[in-house]
Amino acid sequence: MLTETLRALRPAAVLLLLMTLVLGLLYPAAITGVAQVALPVQANGSVLSNAKGEPIGSALIAQNFTGPTYFHPRPSAAGKDGYDASSSAATNLAPGSKDLRDAIAKRVSSARAEGMTGDLPADLVTTSASGLDPDLSPEAALLQAPRVAKARGLAVAKVKSLIEAQTDTPVLGIIGEPHVNVLLLNRQLATLSATTPGQ
Amino acid sequence: MTLAGWSMILLFVVLIVALAKPAGAWMHALYARETLPLGFVERGFYKLAGIDPKAEQSWVGYAASLMMFNLGGIALLFAILKLQGVLPMNPQGFTGMESLLAFNTAVSFVTNTNWQNYGGESALSNLSQMAGLTVQNFLSAAVGIAVAFAFIRGFARKQASGIGNFWVDVTRATLYLLLPISVVLALVYVVLGVPQTFGPSVVATTIEGAKQTIAVGPVASQLAIKMLGTNGGGFFNANSAHPFENPTALSNFLQMLSIFVLGAGLTLTFGKAVGNVRQGWAILAAMMLLFVAGVAVAYGAEAAGNPIHHALGVAGGNMEGKEVRFGIAATALFAVVTTASSCGAVIGMHDSFTAIGGLVPLFNMQLGELVIGGVGSGLYAVLIYCILAVFIAGLMVGRTPEYVGKKIESREMKLAVIAIAVPPLAILGLTAVACITGAGLAGPAAKGAHGFSEILYAFTSGAANNGSAFGGLSGNTPFYNLLLALDMFVGRFGVILPVLAIAGGLAAKRRVPEGAGSFPTTGLLWIGLLAAIIVIVGGLTFLPSLALGPIADQAQVAAGTVL
Repeated sequence: MLTETLRALRPAAVLLLLMTLVLGLLYPAAITGVAQVALPVQANGSVLSNAKGEPIGSALIAQNFTGPTYFHPRPSAAGKDGYDASSSAATNLAPGSKDLRDAIAKRVSSARAEGMTGDLPADLVTTSASGLDPDLSPEAALLQAPRVAKARGLAVAKVKSLIEAQTDTPVLGIIGEPHVNVLLLNRQLATLSATTPGQ
Repeated sequence: MTLAGWSMILLFVVLIVALAKPAGAWMHALYARETLPLGFVERGFYKLAGIDPKAEQSWVGYAASLMMFNLGGIALLFAILKLQGVLPMNPQGFTGMESLLAFNTAVSFVTNTNWQNYGGESALSNLSQMAGLTVQNFLSAAVGIAVAFAFIRGFARKQASGIGNFWVDVTRATLYLLLPISVVLALVYVVLGVPQTFGPSVVATTIEGAKQTIAVGPVASQLAIKMLGTNGGGFFNANSAHPFENPTALSNFLQMLSIFVLGAGLTLTFGKAVGNVRQGWAILAAMMLLFVAGVAVAYGAEAAGNPIHHALGVAGGNMEGKEVRFGIAATALFAVVTTASSCGAVIGMHDSFTAIGGLVPLFNMQLGELVIGGVGSGLYAVLIYCILAVFIAGLMVGRTPEYVGKKIESREMKLAVIAIAVPPLAILGLTAVACITGAGLAGPAAKGAHGFSEILYAFTSGAANNGSAFGGLSGNTPFYNLLLALDMFVGRFGVILPVLAIAGGLAAKRRVPEGAGSFPTTGLLWIGLLAAIIVIVGGLTFLPSLALGPIADQAQVAAGTVL
């Protein structure tokens, strides 16, 4: 046993170093090189910019919207105030948790105060796994359409058809769920009217 | 549950079975030491490291090499994590990791567990993620494959003194299997939206005027091997639920396929090596039987949702801790895939699953991760159960058991029982310790039965080398860092060493031709027997602990009680 162990010293040490070089440096560097040249948008985080070229966020990452003129994303547990894209997190609350029930009850009552009726889509009142879920179910977006339309002085039907146009459908009809990207949807709202967003 | 959901699950099973054949054939070429293209790369490695690739190792020599390689890996990874503050490629300026946490993390990645008591994007430099973690993602998977190869040789060889060469098996599995597939997958992931950059975080001003710091990094290169090698350690804290680590339903489907493909293929490598590929198909069939059963239970429970939340006016299935783009069917499927294998990546938070939805991942790991299982580790775990199954069948008919032409005798049975008993001893023993100590009880966030589930899940995940978590547990304490490191170490090497010992003993035996009295290990009867023995042994061992955890939890939720 001892001779075998001693004999293994050199192969172990050299192989570990070689592998660290190949797998830990060459491999990621090569992938980075190809990705940065061929696919710079995705490789750098699918960043969206405004007219001045300043980054306003990532197409893949939720950002918070609170004003009535915008669609609101799902509640977030990432970071202290939510939507912290440098600290992804979920609540990890148990199905029988009082804290979770109370949080959902609070969200349900603010939805009711906004005039939403009936059973609410679950994604609207629960936090996601990453805290950065960029999407809503079409149902959860449609429920917010009357508020957004009213705040912007638009016809509700017009806002609803924008949601439909922005809805991604499952691949082959079975892989994934229908969803609407909230940030992209909110950016498209500006095309519906001359009203400046936020006013 | 929806038709679309079940169609996706069916498509997944069909694709895995279809991919198993080419994967199995390729791994057989590696196993059988066939000459491969670019052989000079392999030979260069051997030359520099002083390895004689033609030398055969006894099981003791194989085990000694493996232990040295892994202990060295732990030391190297620990050093990188401790020193990341003064090493290059640290655009966020993170400091070195605290010692106990670095120790836990090093053991975790070397044992293919990837339990994470830290949040990747807020604790690790790019160098640590790449030269530290990504390297062990490859190597721990390659070690699993090497042990599987050695075990297969035990069955396939006759009157041989060696079981192969550890260094050759590890090098070939890395260079000719894991690395090329990872290169392709990594690039596909970038196309689908996964970042791959050495730059610092993006600082954006949101439409409503808030400042948002968006962590990026070399994610795709790590993601590819994290799945393929059934490692599961996330670049980001939210793992594959993070939109950067899994941007679309398609990237998600690809991730699930890549978790299973090598493990499924190895069953056929085994079949081919022992001269009857139907032996491999039979094992794969038993695995798939258990897999689909698990998916049905988990999907059903999550789609049914939570009665406490329904009472508040919330519709449908359980979406707490899940992402909209994946939905309930894919999240339930992923949870079963990641725990049936030893992956442990997540796209939804298992802690927030319904009690029964969370029971399935827990039970999968307790079975020993042999439903496909980790790359390599799944095959050697299920072959141990095959030995147990022929032994039990032999007892019933009163004949000496044999499996694929090898007599199973006293030495094999003793070692197999050690391999089967070690993980439950670690899991239940350490859970008990945590439940009677203050430091242990300080861990769980949830009260009542669910809090117990959080502790049980942690030690199960550790010993099974899975790495997924009921995230409510605060694991970054001296108590959990040390005990979980012990748990992972024992769960990995407490199985590998008896497996190699069995391989050595079996290789030395002659092969007996199949006779009229041999118990057939290919038909439906065998598939049913194997699946039943896996469930019964796992069930009897863990049922009491499940009753205290998820089953009690389910009763509490059904009664509408919150804690």
